[in-house]
Amino acid sequence: MFDTLTDRFDAILTRLRGRGRLGDAEVSEVLREIRVALLEADVNLAVAQDLIERIRLRCSGAELAKYLTPAQQVIKVVNEELTATLGGEALKITYASKPPTVVLLAGLQGSGKTTASAKLAQWFRQQGRHPYLIGADLQRPAAVEQLRVLGAEINVGVFSEPTDPVTVSRRGLAEAERLGRDVVIVDTAGRLAIDRELMDEVRRVSLTVHPDYTFFVVDAMTGQDAVQTAEAFHQALQLDGIILTKVDGDARGGAALSVKQVVGRPIAFLSTGERIADFEIFHPDRLASRILGMGDVLSLIEKAEREYDEEVAGQALERLQSGRFSLDDFLDQLRQIKKMGPLTGLLSMMPGIPKEMRDAKVDERDIGKVEAIICSMTALERADPSVLDGSRRLRIAHGSGTSTTEVNNLLRQFKEMQKMIRGVGPMAKLAGAGRPGNKAKSAKGNRKKVKGGRVTPSTKGLGPPR
Amino acid sequence: MALVIVLVVLVVVLLVSGGLVLSTRTRRRGSSLPGAGAPPVVGEKAPPASPSARSGPAIAPAAPVAAATVDAAPAEAESPALAEPLTRPALRDRLGRARGFLSGYLDGVRARKGVDEGTFEQLEEALILADVGITTTTRILNDLRAKVRSGAVSSSDSSALLEALQADLVSMFDGDVGTLAFGEGDGPTVWLFVGVNGVGKTTTIGKLALRETKAGGTVVLAAGDTFRAAAGEQLESWAERAGARTVRGADGADPSSVIFDAVQHAASRGARLVLADTAGRLHTKVNLMDELRKVRRVAERLPGQLTEVLLVLDATTGQNGVVQARQFTEAVGVTGIVLTKLDGTAKGGVVLAIRSELGLPIKLVGVGEGPADLVPFDPAEFVAALFG
Repeated sequence: MFDTLTDRFDAILTRLRGRGRLGDAEVSEVLREIRVALLEADVNLAVAQDLIERIRLRCSGAELAKYLTPAQQVIKVVNEELTATLGGEALKITYASKPPTVVLLAGLQGSGKTTASAKLAQWFRQQGRHPYLIGADLQRPAAVEQLRVLGAEINVGVFSEPTDPVTVSRRGLAEAERLGRDVVIVDTAGRLAIDRELMDEVRRVSLTVHPDYTFFVVDAMTGQDAVQTAEAFHQALQLDGIILTKVDGDARGGAALSVKQVVGRPIAFLSTGERIADFEIFHPDRLASRILGMGDVLSLIEKAEREYDEEVAGQALERLQSGRFSLDDFLDQLRQIKKMGPLTGLLSMMPGIPKEMRDAKVDERDIGKVEAIICSMTALERADPSVLDGSRRLRIAHGSGTSTTEVNNLLRQFKEMQKMIRGVGPMAKLAGAGRPGNKAKSAKGNRKKVKGGRVTPSTKGLGPPR
Repeated sequence: MALVIVLVVLVVVLLVSGGLVLSTRTRRRGSSLPGAGAPPVVGEKAPPASPSARSGPAIAPAAPVAAATVDAAPAEAESPALAEPLTRPALRDRLGRARGFLSGYLDGVRARKGVDEGTFEQLEEALILADVGITTTTRILNDLRAKVRSGAVSSSDSSALLEALQADLVSMFDGDVGTLAFGEGDGPTVWLFVGVNGVGKTTTIGKLALRETKAGGTVVLAAGDTFRAAAGEQLESWAERAGARTVRGADGADPSSVIFDAVQHAASRGARLVLADTAGRLHTKVNLMDELRKVRRVAERLPGQLTEVLLVLDATTGQNGVVQARQFTEAVGVTGIVLTKLDGTAKGGVVLAIRSELGLPIKLVGVGEGPADLVPFDPAEFVAALFG
């Protein structure tokens, strides 16, 4: 989502890195370019100006003269200010002392509230809660139906009736209490912030259910208007947080920066795909790093933890350490990675990937082809690709529905990769040294401790463990 | 394809040497930590056995649709009762409530007697806030500056400057009129609706269905959104209002086959028009765009005459609108744009960039959730509303 901001910063900051001293004039030029980058990314005009000014104050010629590498200092300042704008720390949900904890979702039409309601319900369930959904969108035809279908998918009860949103909310809440549910999520109809009647209505719903959390659901591709709308909803409802949706697109996501800054409430969650599982807590520090091309390794590892089979991962480590990585190994790992979602998404979370690679249009179908080709080989062929002569390659091409050219390409590329892996082996050994066997973990699962010795540049200073 | 190998290996190396192995050994069950190692996610469930390009539970954000209850509709010029003749509210009236803040800037400009760099800064701010985008704004204002320098526009009269700017913006639309084309031949005309999630495709179809049945034709709606929960029901409720038929498939069915069936059905009934809905999809998803390509290929088969592929765009969208327009056009050849939700505070200025960079005409504008809230695009009205 934030790709283009990253690219622009990449370009700007790469130019900066080479410089020794940076005078005020150079800094101004850089700030001008950063402003353009932010505006192109849909960051609200006022927010962009503010961010630039804060960076400027900390990057005057005199300030930078203190540093040996002023360019690094500028990068650091930009990162810090960006992180500050994005919100500092993640939102932590605290549950009501007297259940249920009530969550209210509001926002414009089409922002993704109904979907987010279901995702949120699933997320609460993963936290060990017993959620309940209230369908208070009586405006849009089949909205309640949609929520019921989703509720059935995730096995969460849905309450609604064709009365009016206030009554539905009240009765739904009572029903949730009766059923002993400890989290209630209220989905409301999309409405314009300037529609007085409808804003009154949602205010009344809020007064009826007394939400512990009111989330404003906003589409990541929203432009300059995000701020105005958010402000209006905030005034009407006292928002506690923001849920940003459709983050898996390539929208630049400036709305995220702006809304947080102007409303003063954190972005709580990100909706990152069409699966119900594609829902995560927002980490401002990670996103700031990502924008600056510093990668978001923690998110990547979390994703992997959810999807990667641990035995297969263990095998991979061994093979890498020994410097031997066969087609079989590759196939096993490929299958794991497939589970983690689109390759391009994973790439954007990796540090140090050059722009060309991140931008590369990876055709996800190619993954299928690669798999097919390898599967069309015999065990012998996979273990020792040197036996692959013309007729075998032809057979493989036919078996996998590809061409011999593609088979050849794959084999050639894989050989190159094997060479690289042999080089990685010793490194991986160092990294893995002394690790296996250390299974000690606190009850809360202090992730930072586990990764203790593994401090890569992108994990430094990424905020407190959750 | 070689790229895939490189990337996969990179990812594997990173993950594995990055301590993944240790982490997976300590995977928690039902942890209280947010986002931590969760029980198998629902998305892993086997997809419905169908050619639909998506797997997993069907979710996509809801598209806005008219009020089921009349009193929930916005207060302004409305025709809630369907029996009444459709009024075509002027764009300006619909945007009346929303104009406020932008006109503030322009009052500021007017207040300054002369034209100086400060004036241009204010204009730049106004245009950027309207989502025109910095690149397009810079180009527009540079052209204007050139006119002031050459004396074509007076440098002492800010009102004249504003008029000149308005005229420039209107001319960017090069005389677009918001008419939708019908086919010449015997078979039913087909209009295909595409776009990202939540923009208002289904609602727009509902409004159009009503408009066209009122105009005297038989309309068939194709429920080509086979992915989203209850999408078919949503479309059907609009069809009922309009007196149109809906052709649906099973959940998760191939959208192309649904649209094919709808066209066949329309042809056999002598219906004039098929409005084909599709599921919202992000243009970044290769497989979904492939699915859409196939939908288009099927939609243009005889007996149907595919005369319009309409990209529905939300007026609140920022610069990503240009990317959307570009990608959808590349995939399925968009013929025009429907700009929705213009009754809010968003100005929809991104259509200026779309028009100038891609040449795509704006055909229709959505100005509310009610069945009558759809008007043909009028450049002069749009620009005037932009400026208040």
